Amino acid sequence: MGFLKDKVTRRDFITYAGVIVAFVIVQLLVNTHVIPYSLRGQLVPVTCYIVMAISLNLVVGVAGDLSLGHAGFMSVGSFTGIVTAMSLASAIPSPVVRLVLAMIVGAVFAALAGFLIGLPVLRLRGDYLAIVSLAFGEIIKDLVNCLIVGADSHGLHVIFDMAGTKTINDLNLAEGGVAIIKGAQGASGTTTISTFAAGFVLIMIALVIVLNLVRSRTGRAIMAVRDNKIAAESVGLSTTKYRMIAFVVSAAIAGAAGALYGNNFSQMSASQFDFNTSILVLVFVVLGGLGNMRGSIIAAALLTILPEALRQFSDYRMLVYAIVLILVMLFTNNPQLKALIQRLNPRFRKEAAADGE
Amino acid sequence: MSINMNPAMNRRSLIAGVAGLGAAGILAGCSNGGSSDGGSAASSDGAAFKLGTIGPLTGDTATYGVSVTNGVEMGAEDFSTKDFPLTVKKEDSQGKPETAVNAYGTLRDWGMQALVGPTLTGTSVSVAEKCQSDRVFMIAPVATAADVTADKDCVFRGCFTDPNQGKNAAKWLAKNKPDAKIAIIYQSDDAYSQGICTAFTEEAKADKLNLVKPDLAFKTDTATDFKVQLGQAQDAGADLVFCPLYYTPASVILKQASDMGYKFTMMGCDGMDGLLSIKGFDTSLAEGVLMTTAFSADDPANAEFVKAYKDKYGDTPDQFAATAYDCVHAVAEACKKAGLSLDTAAEDACDQLVKAFTEITVDGLTGSLTWTSDGEVSKEAKVFEIQGGKYVAV
Amino acid sequence: MNAFIQFLFNGISLGSVYAIIALGYTMVYGIAKMLNFAHGDVIMVGAYISFCATSYLGMPGWASVVLSVIVCTVLGVVIEGLAYRPLRDAGPLAVLITAIGVSYFLQNAAQLIWGATPKNFTSLVTFPVPGFLAQYKVSAVSIVTVIACLIIMVGLMWFTANTKMGKAMRACSEDKAAAQLMGVNVNKTISMTFAIGSGLAAIAGVLLCSYSPVLKPTTGAMPGIKAFTAAVFGGIGSIPGAFVGGILLGIIEAMAKAYISSNLANSIVFAVLIVVLLIKPAGLLGKYVPEKV
Repeated sequence: MGFLKDKVTRRDFITYAGVIVAFVIVQLLVNTHVIPYSLRGQLVPVTCYIVMAISLNLVVGVAGDLSLGHAGFMSVGSFTGIVTAMSLASAIPSPVVRLVLAMIVGAVFAALAGFLIGLPVLRLRGDYLAIVSLAFGEIIKDLVNCLIVGADSHGLHVIFDMAGTKTINDLNLAEGGVAIIKGAQGASGTTTISTFAAGFVLIMIALVIVLNLVRSRTGRAIMAVRDNKIAAESVGLSTTKYRMIAFVVSAAIAGAAGALYGNNFSQMSASQFDFNTSILVLVFVVLGGLGNMRGSIIAAALLTILPEALRQFSDYRMLVYAIVLILVMLFTNNPQLKALIQRLNPRFRKEAAADGE
Repeated sequence: MSINMNPAMNRRSLIAGVAGLGAAGILAGCSNGGSSDGGSAASSDGAAFKLGTIGPLTGDTATYGVSVTNGVEMGAEDFSTKDFPLTVKKEDSQGKPETAVNAYGTLRDWGMQALVGPTLTGTSVSVAEKCQSDRVFMIAPVATAADVTADKDCVFRGCFTDPNQGKNAAKWLAKNKPDAKIAIIYQSDDAYSQGICTAFTEEAKADKLNLVKPDLAFKTDTATDFKVQLGQAQDAGADLVFCPLYYTPASVILKQASDMGYKFTMMGCDGMDGLLSIKGFDTSLAEGVLMTTAFSADDPANAEFVKAYKDKYGDTPDQFAATAYDCVHAVAEACKKAGLSLDTAAEDACDQLVKAFTEITVDGLTGSLTWTSDGEVSKEAKVFEIQGGKYVAV
Repeated sequence: MNAFIQFLFNGISLGSVYAIIALGYTMVYGIAKMLNFAHGDVIMVGAYISFCATSYLGMPGWASVVLSVIVCTVLGVVIEGLAYRPLRDAGPLAVLITAIGVSYFLQNAAQLIWGATPKNFTSLVTFPVPGFLAQYKVSAVSIVTVIACLIIMVGLMWFTANTKMGKAMRACSEDKAAAQLMGVNVNKTISMTFAIGSGLAAIAGVLLCSYSPVLKPTTGAMPGIKAFTAAVFGGIGSIPGAFVGGILLGIIEAMAKAYISSNLANSIVFAVLIVVLLIKPAGLLGKYVPEKV
């Protein structure tokens, strides 16, 4: 038992070390200008997607609930984060402090949203849970679209513009006030304060939280609920409570990632956090392996860079991306093809034997 | 859906996945190799002034991006001179700010010296911010939001702003159709549409126009069905529906109104241009549609451009393509004015182009264009009516 | 009152389009137990085929529909054979992601073939609408769609209940392994399901674009998601459920637009869906299967 524990801990520390080494290498390459301009612009989004993948993996992989609305939490975190950072611009001059605050506020609001949505959603399972989470994702998108937010010396002004007839003029901002979110136009003119280093720190925090949660007593309970709900109930575990813990923690992490993402672009509209974004993150999780955080990190990084790396195909770019996606799914999940790869490469066979304990 | 976690397969699946990525890349590389260059008019020794352009070339809004990038490409061919050849690289933004910034990065790596793009408002705002901080000259051909050029000295624009368009339309109505009972159908999750709608409503109220139903909104997700909105407009007795929309939803509205037997005058803005060239569209439905735009494919003065564009791309050019073409024209003029050499660094080119841009006058497809130092274009706003399947200036 | 009835008919018209797509969704889900997110894109392909057949080849409307059904049926079987069958024993999520890959593939392939510029679909159904319906602005397309929906629904119910293949489908739906032991060719049965589902998608595509004429590579995506919602609403896997779900979804959307907020119509639809699923966790007509130990 003690030996196994060591192995797990060792695995986790290898993951941490891998992330740190990757960060140091990339940062060195950036500092020495080896990395092309196109990749440099992607550093922050990649870290955001990695954090999103870790977060969704907690719900889908560890807790076993298929959520198709995760972009909604990213959206909540993103817009609350933008509002925080922008409205404090004059009060707190340091962008680092503002970014940290934005991520904390984003995480808190997303966690709150996660809790409220979790109450009804977690009464369901399987495909029904999937569609209800999708529905909430779409509702969040619509609601954020109705928001008009501005800040001036008197504080925050918020209008919920349900009929779609109000404008930033209705905020009645005092002299020197700034409109932060402008309805359908989203948050535009945001000062971009996100940095790659902040993204790295966020990945580390997310990893520490999620890996420790998974290895804890609570984490084991979450997995027990996933593997067999009835058995878990029969030993006195509250299924809703443990799924809720996973859901809220995941939402909070997604919110922080959203805040980082939102503060990285000077324009951000609610429609960017749509169903397709949720699916994109789900692809990272499934490709990286359910419950496998290291896999999520690698898959998120690779798949975010892939479409950019395919730019040389110009018109055929997204077609190639689709083909790659299908082929990868086939090669990783088809028993015959997997067996073929194992026959070709003895290393896989050894590993398979070791894993099949 | 039950989900089984099988940690044993994960590591392998990952490595196999990476192998798969590589294999697919090679496969695709074989079949599509050589298709990467976005067309150019470079001189034989390869030296040319490098113009970048960005637009959604895939996804829901691809049609607008394709028009703009085609316009830029044609412009680069037509305004290349022997001494000052232009070359163009097009990059896909998928209509997303994130991808647009990546596309911008790719263009920077290529050595872009000035940017004519991106296409959509959201992507333009995010790229404009990068251009401003990197000191790269940018002219957004068709992005209409005020935020694109706000507080940025090296970002220019080739079209009217949202507030401008909405105001112009309302003023024109106040002058020409003061008694119209007006309804507004607009897309509430689209910056362009909402922006114009807001400005139009304000000006219409100031001009005491009769707005009987000003809040008929729809969203991308509900853009297949307008019968309810049309029914409400009809109930309110509207005889003119202001639609600050792109031409795609506008064509659905016209069709469904005709299914319902509801007759009204539709009025739109520059995004509506292109309506008549939708393949298969019954142009009799569009009879009497009004639009404020600066370009008409039926104007004899533009015939040469229209023919060349049709020969090259198979479609009738719309306002998007024409404005993009004019922007390249302007950049070429400004380069000449500033006396740039082909190998000017982007940062130096930016400062000189910014200065030259306010001094040039371009006689383009969309009128006679001049620019102010805050990046806005001034050109004549025209209102066209569709008569007998053609755009006629009114 | 007149306006109310008109909005009701609007809702039914829109709902019948959702319903006809949802029938294909639910058919595939019920038997293959997979969410085929590429279904919406098969619809788009069907509409393009019909469009090209009429405008470039000059085929009459009915012939173009037949052609489009044939092409989509073949396409459905090919997609199933190449992309989904190899993953029969893999987890459901792997198939879901593959379906999304197929969806991206179809959209981008369509754009390369037909270009990004939208085409305007000329309605294939035009006939004078009887007076009592015409006064509520019901169009010919809507009448045909509702009737087609009913015929397809009854046909599918009869087919699954009475024919040998239909019984095999139901057997696969209950338990694939047991069905195989009983001599049912599971692969063939699932191929057949995809063939039927995709054939229906072609018809749905033609009717969708006759109703809302813009045809572009992403045309199928949003109606696809809405139809998926409709199928879950009615109880996914249930054939009458898909019909009821689709119609109700259309009515709720139209009423929400007309009387609450056209801005939030989509949210209202989804909110109703959430409430329904909380009260009836398996949808309106779905069978609730309690979990066994």
